[in-house]
Amino acid sequence: MNALRRNVLKSAAGAGTVAVAVAAGLLKPTMALAGAPRTAFEAKSVGDALKGMGATAAADSKDITIKAPDIAENGAVVPVEVTSSIAGTTAIAIISEKNATPLVADFDLSNGAQGFISTRIKMGQTSLVRAVVTAGGKTYTAAKEVKVTIGGCGG
Amino acid sequence: MHMNRREFLQILAVAAASGMALDSKSALAGTAPANFYDVPHHGNLSFLHFTDCHAQLLPVWFREPNVNIGVGEALGKAPHIVGQHLLKKFGVTPGSAEAHAFSYLDFAEAAKVYGKVGGFAHLKTLIDKMRAQRPGALLLDGGDTWQGSATSLWTNAQDMVDACIKLGVDVMTPHWESTFGAERVLEIVNKDFKKANIDFVAQNIVTNDFGDQVFKPYTMKVMNGVKVAVIGQAFPYTPIANPRHLVPDWSFGIRDDSMQKWVNDARAKGAKVVIVLSHNGMDVDLKMATRVTGIDAIFGGHTHDGVPQPVPVKNAKGITLVTNAGSNGKFLGVMDFEVKNNRVASYKYRLLPVFSNLLPADPAMSAYINKVRAPYESKLNEKLAVTDDFLYRRGNFNGTWDQLLVDAMMEVKGADAAFSPGFRWGTTLLPGDPITMERLMDQTAITYPQTTLNNMTGETIKTIMEDVCDNLFNVDPYYQQGGDMVRVGGIEYTINPNQKIGKRITDMRIKGKLVDAKKTYKVAGWAPVAEGATGEPIWDVVASYLRDKKVIKGLKLNEPKIVGIGKSNPGIADYQGGVS
Repeated sequence: MNALRRNVLKSAAGAGTVAVAVAAGLLKPTMALAGAPRTAFEAKSVGDALKGMGATAAADSKDITIKAPDIAENGAVVPVEVTSSIAGTTAIAIISEKNATPLVADFDLSNGAQGFISTRIKMGQTSLVRAVVTAGGKTYTAAKEVKVTIGGCGG
Repeated sequence: MHMNRREFLQILAVAAASGMALDSKSALAGTAPANFYDVPHHGNLSFLHFTDCHAQLLPVWFREPNVNIGVGEALGKAPHIVGQHLLKKFGVTPGSAEAHAFSYLDFAEAAKVYGKVGGFAHLKTLIDKMRAQRPGALLLDGGDTWQGSATSLWTNAQDMVDACIKLGVDVMTPHWESTFGAERVLEIVNKDFKKANIDFVAQNIVTNDFGDQVFKPYTMKVMNGVKVAVIGQAFPYTPIANPRHLVPDWSFGIRDDSMQKWVNDARAKGAKVVIVLSHNGMDVDLKMATRVTGIDAIFGGHTHDGVPQPVPVKNAKGITLVTNAGSNGKFLGVMDFEVKNNRVASYKYRLLPVFSNLLPADPAMSAYINKVRAPYESKLNEKLAVTDDFLYRRGNFNGTWDQLLVDAMMEVKGADAAFSPGFRWGTTLLPGDPITMERLMDQTAITYPQTTLNNMTGETIKTIMEDVCDNLFNVDPYYQQGGDMVRVGGIEYTINPNQKIGKRITDMRIKGKLVDAKKTYKVAGWAPVAEGATGEPIWDVVASYLRDKKVIKGLKLNEPKIVGIGKSNPGIADYQGGVS
C-alpha cells in the first residue's frame, strides 16, 4: 500500500526528505559519471559536452520520448523521463542546455536493458532539455523545452 | 426589436432619469423576455456547470474585459474576442440582457437596468428549475469556489463548502482551493464532501515522491441508464502561480498522457459519455482537445471566459466540445446531450446569465447566507471610501481596481513602482458606490496577503515583467498560466505580445525617465509565493489609504502602449493606452 510504503521510507530517511532520498537513490553521482568522460561533464557549453561524449553528429530521432513538465514546479528538482525505442540502446544522456555545465547525467544500459531512465535534474532557467541516445555505435537526439518561471501571478 | 447603441443609451438615460431603473423588475420586463429562463430540455443526459464563482455568495457586479488578446492560433477566436466582436460572433443582440452579461459594453449604464448577477440563493433557484426539467442532471463545480471573499477567508472556506453542499454539487475539481493548504483540502474532501457524497476529482494531482493519485481521477455515474464518467483536471500550475509551500507534497501539471489513460479506462469500464471538468483555462483546454481523444466535452474554467457556445475541436478520433463558463457566479452552463446507440448524437448548450432580479432568491439558501455572514456584518460593511470612478479589474493589462491597489501601495510604502498580480477575480463597483471592507476583500482575500517592499534593479524589473508576460502570451498554450499581465504602478511601457520572451517589453519609464538596468528602484508588491514573508496584509495597506482619501476619483489608468497586434484586433476595443 502506498501510504505504508511512504511511511516506511519516511522513517528510514527522516521526515521530509523522501523526495531527496528517492532522487539520490535513483541517481548517485558515481552512476551519473559512469558513461561519458569527465571532460564532458565539466564542459561549459552544449557543443563541448557533445564533443566530449563523441556525439557531435547525433541525428534527430522521433523514437526518443522525453517526458518532463512544460513548466517546472521547482527548478531544483525537475522530473525527467527518457524512453528510447531505438533497438540496441546502450546509453542515455541528459543535457540541460542552459545549465552552467549542461551535461547532467549519462546512463549506461547493458545486457539488453530497456531504453528507459527516470530521474530529477536541476535547472537554473528555461531551457531545452536534450536527450542523447547511443545505439549500435551511433548517437541520436531529441529535445523538449522546460520553462523555469518566477511564478506567482496566475489566476 | 433591434436597437443600436445610441438608442439603447438614450433609453437607459430616460430610464435612469425617471427613476424606473436601479434594480427594478419593471425596467427589466421591457428588456429581457419574461420567459428568459425557459430552456426546453433536449435529449436524455444533462450537465449543469458553474465555475470560478470566487466565493461570491451574494449578487455582485462583474464587468467582462475589453482586452483579451489572442496570440498564434488563438488570434481572433473565442475566447479572444471582446465587445461587439463577441456579440457578432455568437449572434447576441446588442443592447440585450445577454449583451450586458457577455460584454463590457456600456457596463455602468446597463448594470443599473439589469441589476446584479449571481448570488448563491439565485443560482440555487435556477439550478433547481433546470434540474426539475432534467431528472438526474449532474451539477459540476469547476473550482475557484472557496476563495475570493472575506467570509471564505475568515471561515477557512467553510462558508463555501456548506453552501456548495446545499446547492447540490455532485462533482468538483480545484485550483485556489489548494491555497488553504493540503491538510485543509483533505479534511474537507474526506469529511464534509464524503458525508455529502460530493466527488472531488483531479487526475493531474499526484504525490511528489511516487506519483500516486492524491484524489480520485474520475467518477462514474449512471444517468437515465447511461454510464457517464467525469474526469477532474485541476489547475496544472498551482504550485507555480500560487505558493508551492502550501501543497509541498503534490505535483500537478497538464499530464495529457495520463488524461488519455483515464479516458480509455473509463470507456473500457463502460462509460458511453466522457466529460472532463477542467481548470486548465480555455486555451489549454482547446489544445488538450486536439491531443486527447475520446472526450465528449470539456467543461472549463480558470480563464473566466463567458463563452456563449462550445467550440468544437477535431482530433484523431472525433470531436470534443470545449466550453468556458465565466466567473463570479454570473453564469450557469446547461449542456443537454442526446445519447443514441451508445454515443452522443446531438447536443444543446446554453450559458445562462444569472440575473438576480429575474430569479427569486431561494429562501433556505438566503437564510444560510445571512446566518454565515452575521458574525462578520459590521466588519464587512465598514465604509472605507466612496468611489466616483468606475472600478473593475478584468483586462489583460490593468483595471481601475488594480490601479487603486498599486497607487495605495506606492503612497503608503513610499515606493517608486508597485506590482499587483494579474488576478482575474474581483468584483466591479459603479460610480457612486461605497467601497466597503467587503468590496476591498473581493480584490485581496488570499491566504498569502503580505505586502513587500524590495530594492530592484531596472534589469530585475524587466525580467519579472517579461517572465509574467510570457505566462500570458507564450504562443504555446501549454506554457501559459491563465492569469493576466502583472499590474504595474509607476512604470510606463510598450508591449508587443507577438514577440518572444525578453523582447516583448520596451521603452520602460519611471517618472518619465527610461528605466536604467543598473539603477536600483524601490518596488512594492503583494501576494509573495515564497514562504516566510511577514509584511502587513494588502487589505490593511489599502484600507488605511482609502480611509484617508475618503473619495476616489480621477484614477489615472496606467496602461501600456500595445504594438504589433494591429488596430483591428478583435481581442481589444475601447483601449486608451494606444494600439497598433
